[in-house]
Amino acid sequence: MKRIYVNEKWCLGCHLCEYYCAFANSGSDDMVKALKDIRIHPRIRIEEKQGISFAVSCRHCAEPLCVKSCITGALRADNGVIAVDKNKCVGCYTCIMICPYGAIMPGVDGSVVQKCELCTNNAFGEPACVQGCPNRAIVFEER
Amino acid sequence: MPIDFLYPEYEVIRNPQRCIACRVCERQCANEVHSYDQELNLMKSDESKCVNCHRCVALCPTRALKIVKTDHTFKTNANWTNEVIGEIYRQAGTGGMLLSSMGNPKPYPVYWDKILINASQVTNPSIDPLREPMETRTFLGKRPEKPERNLDGTLKTENLPPNLELSVPVMFSAMSYGSISYNAHESLARAAQELGIYYNTGEGGLHEDFYRYGANTIVQVASGRFGVHKDYLEAGAAIEIKIGQGAKPGIGGHLPGAKIVGDVSRTRMIPEGSDAISPAPHHDIYSIEDLRQLVYSLKEATDYKKPVIVKIAAVHNVAAIASGIARSGADIIAIDGYRGGTGAAPTRIRDNVGIPIELALAAVDERLRQEKIRNNVSLVVGGSIRNSADIVKAIALGADAVYIATAALLALGCHLCRSCQTGKCNWGIATQRPDLVKRLNPDIGYKRLVNLVSAWQHEIKEMMGGMGINSIEALKGNRLMLRGIGLNEKELEILGIKHAGE
Amino acid sequence: MNYVIIGNSAAAVGCIEGIRSVDPDGAITVISKEPYHVYSRPLISYLIYGKTDEQRMKYRPDSFYEDNGVKAMLGVAVEKVDYTKRRVLLENGEQVPFDKLLFATGSAPFVPPMAGLDEVKKKFSFMKLDDAKVLQSELNPESRVLILGAGLIGLKCAEGILRKVKKVTVVDLAPRILPSILDEEGSEIVRKHIEEQGVQFYLANSVAQFHKNTACLKDGTELEFDLLVLAVGVRPETKLAAGIGCKVNRGILTDAHCATNLPDVYAAGDCSESLDITVNQQRVLALLPNAYMQGETAGITMAGGEKSYNKAIPMNAVGFFGLHIVTAGSYDGEAYVVKEGSNYKKMVSKDNLLKGYILIGDVARAGIYTSLIRERTPLDSIDYELIKEKPQLMAFTAAERAVKLGGARNEN
Repeated sequence: MKRIYVNEKWCLGCHLCEYYCAFANSGSDDMVKALKDIRIHPRIRIEEKQGISFAVSCRHCAEPLCVKSCITGALRADNGVIAVDKNKCVGCYTCIMICPYGAIMPGVDGSVVQKCELCTNNAFGEPACVQGCPNRAIVFEER
Repeated sequence: MPIDFLYPEYEVIRNPQRCIACRVCERQCANEVHSYDQELNLMKSDESKCVNCHRCVALCPTRALKIVKTDHTFKTNANWTNEVIGEIYRQAGTGGMLLSSMGNPKPYPVYWDKILINASQVTNPSIDPLREPMETRTFLGKRPEKPERNLDGTLKTENLPPNLELSVPVMFSAMSYGSISYNAHESLARAAQELGIYYNTGEGGLHEDFYRYGANTIVQVASGRFGVHKDYLEAGAAIEIKIGQGAKPGIGGHLPGAKIVGDVSRTRMIPEGSDAISPAPHHDIYSIEDLRQLVYSLKEATDYKKPVIVKIAAVHNVAAIASGIARSGADIIAIDGYRGGTGAAPTRIRDNVGIPIELALAAVDERLRQEKIRNNVSLVVGGSIRNSADIVKAIALGADAVYIATAALLALGCHLCRSCQTGKCNWGIATQRPDLVKRLNPDIGYKRLVNLVSAWQHEIKEMMGGMGINSIEALKGNRLMLRGIGLNEKELEILGIKHAGE
Repeated sequence: MNYVIIGNSAAAVGCIEGIRSVDPDGAITVISKEPYHVYSRPLISYLIYGKTDEQRMKYRPDSFYEDNGVKAMLGVAVEKVDYTKRRVLLENGEQVPFDKLLFATGSAPFVPPMAGLDEVKKKFSFMKLDDAKVLQSELNPESRVLILGAGLIGLKCAEGILRKVKKVTVVDLAPRILPSILDEEGSEIVRKHIEEQGVQFYLANSVAQFHKNTACLKDGTELEFDLLVLAVGVRPETKLAAGIGCKVNRGILTDAHCATNLPDVYAAGDCSESLDITVNQQRVLALLPNAYMQGETAGITMAGGEKSYNKAIPMNAVGFFGLHIVTAGSYDGEAYVVKEGSNYKKMVSKDNLLKGYILIGDVARAGIYTSLIRERTPLDSIDYELIKEKPQLMAFTAAERAVKLGGARNEN
């Protein structure tokens, strides 16, 4: 299946992926309306240090520890895309405890978790971070 | 603090209603124009540092930015313009020569824009390139004096002079590793390979990683001889002796020690941190006879398998010089017009020395024909070839192919901010700073180059078809296909074309 | 092939999904005392709290049994297992034959003898959905609730009911709360936080005697209460397994494939033991993720596939009144401790491995730490100083990151 891959050699640490992610998951069709004067809570996060930077988001593991560990059954793999049912999630953070990539994080108010769902559950349809990356440091492809 | 006489040339206009303070502008500006004020949750800018390269504008996700020329002005004066006054202030402050980069930006005539291309109507009908074969392939190098045949009637192909085969009459001209980045070089090399054309190392040597593109590489030998060794000469498909460059005819080059780092130093074969100074002349070339010695030295060193190019700047008596070069044993003459680009040149030289490539080309082609040595050499012209129409016109004026560099850099993202000499190219092209170099991903860059040249190839075919011509060879020197517009008699005479309507 | 699973919780689901990943056709029967569609037991406190409901706390969709071709025999208890004849005898007289059997019987509350406990009319366990339903029906705004046990069950219960009752008091024999997962300092932080919400603790204390609605503590304190919740401890349900000769320690003994000592018999979840790699000992690791992964391993193995479960560690993610706690592993080794405001972090390393950690407050990306423990990552192969600051992939080598994020293949 197509997955997001990160090539840190080309990551500029511009953080645009985070903003495109926040926009894509905002439900708004206007980036300014969606993001102006707010603190964003993207599902993809840049790590950076001394000239090295890279984006981290859900790997959509073939053997997803988060799904196996989820105590509510809120995390499920649907055609390989691991998504969280926010209606079921109780915010116990077991998935945060188990994800080896640190790719699941509390949602805005912390009561449920959020994660990259490859933009399958928003209007973008294709990962917005990939579309927004200016240097092809994040790609969405079959390997 | 002394008075700063200089007022910023540009202003950064930020639309506060659109800015979401994502700070991408701040992170992406190597000139540190943008900054974020935590307290006010506002982005601020210091336009005195802005070079108008548009990196921030291009990456701003909400299009909240634009850069405008300041309307701050001195009292209007057609003679003492803002620019002239600013330059005087600058020199009075520093005591130094003014440095610039990229090509001559002054409003001299652009002859390409005063030449029109013919098309067929009724008689000699036009050709549809989508339906009929259209040949843009061409060969550079000496032509055999006459075709020779074997006893069975087939053409003799042994002992032909070495030629370069181009799928399109376009090559990427010399830009050294050092003046441009590793990733820019990789983009050019990969594009040349995919397109079936050539790129040129410039005077910086050939990075070991790029030897594999050797079949599409022209290796340059210039006055500093940086990076020249036997393997290097053998790696390329052709060798170019650089005598001069359109942006700075008559002077040498100077890559500051600060840019001679790591691989650049190794590739140039000079110590890290040492200035790379290319002398104005080759100190072993003071005559055509000397040039001939170098041409043949290089041929000897590479077993006469590679064509040798001699590149000169277009200067006043270019025709006579070209005639000499054609007799020196060179296979190809490259002529660089005064609008050719550079990574750094003294402003006064760039803006005032040399002549337009259109006139130089016409004069050289005519002279070589008169002397009946046109077939001894191919002519490649550069110095601001901007589009496919320029190429068609150049070929009809007598060129065999063109060199492009500024256009290639534009395809890679260059915004002609003309600040290459600062080494802080925000587009990752004219810089060696690793954080900036990585901004040019060759996977993207090479594809854009391929796109550009492919697009031009389509257009060239369309224009040739319109003229009823189905091969580049038939267009070469075909000045009847050109007409001048708004040109005086002398200009038309030099260009060897009639005026529109004639 | 007849697969029979006794029990209907996370281990059972893991087993079903494990079997079906290998064998799409074999007959699977699930037998459970509880009459409910599979639900998540840890959610009962959230049910009372109001953060979930019976429908949402279903661990798998309503169509789960149907989708997986499972015959679910719910609300019926197992009398015993006849191993030689390979059949399960039910209390209702039915017999269910099996080729492969999984014990996923979980655990049951353990109540130590206490003087006068019989006199207490309203006393509850807090393990199952029925427990929660009964307790909930008894709660009213005037209730005074006494909880025995300051472990995970007792405290999650306290959180669940606090806003619905007048008073919640917790008594525990141990001198600190959550002693099984927290160190002293961590316990202290969490206790203070829970106390600030209004829960009253009596620690290092116990009930000497119940007199109807009064509990007399060892130190002489008398506590009046209306409802008593017993959350002192749990015991693995091993009776059925022991009955057929499975080796049982505290829990049923299993190997890395979750097989017992008897051919064709497996055990998973809270009833079984697994190898805690942080101390290299067999232990009952009564955690839902562990149950699922054991069940899955058992299921795959039962169906003839190849799977080992060899990364078991104790780990817990739990929150009380908005304060999150994530812990994993064991705490014997060199400790690195940071306390900043309400955030607490302890990392314990030994023999070039991370053995355990405690995060209270800021638990972001804790899984990166957990992974170091589970994968037994040599600490000298990463930038441990950096990762100590906060969990981050930057601490790994670029080559390792290329494997993790860039799709590069691991050369090893």
